[in-house]
Amino acid sequence: MTRAQPSPSAASVRGQPAARPAAPKVEVRGLSVRYGATRALDDVSLDIPAAQVTALVGPSGCGKSTFLRTLNRMIDIVPGAQVEGRVAIDGRDVYAAGVDVADVRRRAGLIFRKASPFPKSIFANVAYGLRVGGLAAGRGELEARVEASLQAAGLWDEVKDRLEASALALSGGQQQRLCIARALAVRPEILLLDEPAAALDPIGTQRLEELIHRLKSTYTIVIVTHNMQQAARISDRTAVFWLGRLLEYDRTDRIFTAPSQRITEDYVTGRFG
Amino acid sequence: MSGPGPDVRAADRLLRAAGPAVALGGAAALAALLAAAAADACGGRSPGWPPGLARALFGSVSLVGLAGCLAIPVGIGAAVYLEEYAPRNRLTRLIEINIASLAGVPAVVYGLLGLAVFVRALGLGRSLAAGAATLALIVLPAVILSTRAALRDVPPALRDASCALGATRWQTIRHQVLPAALPGTLAGLLLALARALGEAAPLIALGALGALPAPAPGIDGALPALPVRIFDWLSRPESEFLRHAAAAIMVLLVLVLLLSGLAAWMRDRWRVAGSW
Repeated sequence: MTRAQPSPSAASVRGQPAARPAAPKVEVRGLSVRYGATRALDDVSLDIPAAQVTALVGPSGCGKSTFLRTLNRMIDIVPGAQVEGRVAIDGRDVYAAGVDVADVRRRAGLIFRKASPFPKSIFANVAYGLRVGGLAAGRGELEARVEASLQAAGLWDEVKDRLEASALALSGGQQQRLCIARALAVRPEILLLDEPAAALDPIGTQRLEELIHRLKSTYTIVIVTHNMQQAARISDRTAVFWLGRLLEYDRTDRIFTAPSQRITEDYVTGRFG
Repeated sequence: MSGPGPDVRAADRLLRAAGPAVALGGAAALAALLAAAAADACGGRSPGWPPGLARALFGSVSLVGLAGCLAIPVGIGAAVYLEEYAPRNRLTRLIEINIASLAGVPAVVYGLLGLAVFVRALGLGRSLAAGAATLALIVLPAVILSTRAALRDVPPALRDASCALGATRWQTIRHQVLPAALPGTLAGLLLALARALGEAAPLIALGALGALPAPAPGIDGALPALPVRIFDWLSRPESEFLRHAAAAIMVLLVLVLLLSGLAAWMRDRWRVAGSW
């Protein structure tokens, strides 16, 4: 197995094609997660390429969300979760001793199933990660980065006149895009989306998918979805999970047209789910 | 078989009638109490503010205010530790059980503790500080319990979202969890203080009664408080003092209702905006 050299500056990689096409953004090897006696993930290995959308699909309880949370160590705050194996971002093991967990979580921002804006103003929501991380020097930079993040999330025009209004007054779709803006503000390289459209109406979903499409040139995106059409529309690669195992992982078009596994075919064609 | 049987329906009718009756009965009892006290208070020869009442009111408000200031940091600190940081082991469990039982210990026992610790051992004497510290001990278990309940009610999504943005555990608690839990915490504190406000026993145990001079205009004792005043006035035979006691009871009840009302409003309506 070839390991990517630790890049001198992770930020310089972002937004440009990888120097070597073979170097994955995220490399997962032999990953297992147990909750007490329950095995949620069993020996999963896969490479997630940079600047692409990777969809994780599979029936409920198959370990997709658990997998997503191991990538940025959000699994740490789940009581009783035990992680084995290796997860490396740009070749560096995120579970190694001395790794700054907050930094890992900023580099791989997680967006939750249900939009969870803080009960604060729109501005304070986007500024939160910058403030807790001490990332913006002064009010000017803070305001500039909040605006840039809202622009990038396609929300700026809708909220620019009411930045001090409560985030809870936004619609469901706007709240989810606000959560994406909030994650973008701390300049991640990877976005982890856990069924971000699960609670959205068709219009909200469509706008979210357009946003994901726009963001994928800049960010490595991993999305969990239950919606097969959505996976087919927006993803470049698809990983099928089944009972905590990685069943199949390939280009999305191949998964949907020529799956190698019978279960995959049954699942993606909607025979069960 | 369709629908519940006749027995069930009869029980349902009974409860429907009994429920309002019980509720109204409680309200009526309170109203009668208030009316009787009001009648007593206004019935005397010289209607007006009885001598010593203003001092007692001021004493009660400062006692309760100071007790609240003492109980808030300790109570929130203990609750945050137990809820957010403490390992789930037998020691923690023991502490939790103890706090729950302390909430049920009679106030007079706290008075004796206060006498031994604050008045004697710490040499505070029969002072406002000793009284407030004792009342703070009385409300502390309730404050810890209500704060823990409020902390548990904070949506996990809020913590997760904060963590996912790179906030440390303390930053998450400081900027998300505590502001969200504060209304519940303060409501619990106010309700506990409303109860402590009417407690005469612990203050008497501290020696408040002995410190009360003759109920005449002039200098009161070091621990003048409404319930102690009321107790003192009620124990005297002259009817004029009975009227004074009734007036003091009215003042005390208004204060208690104000605190409870404020608590209810905080729990239901109040939101902490926060600058972040």
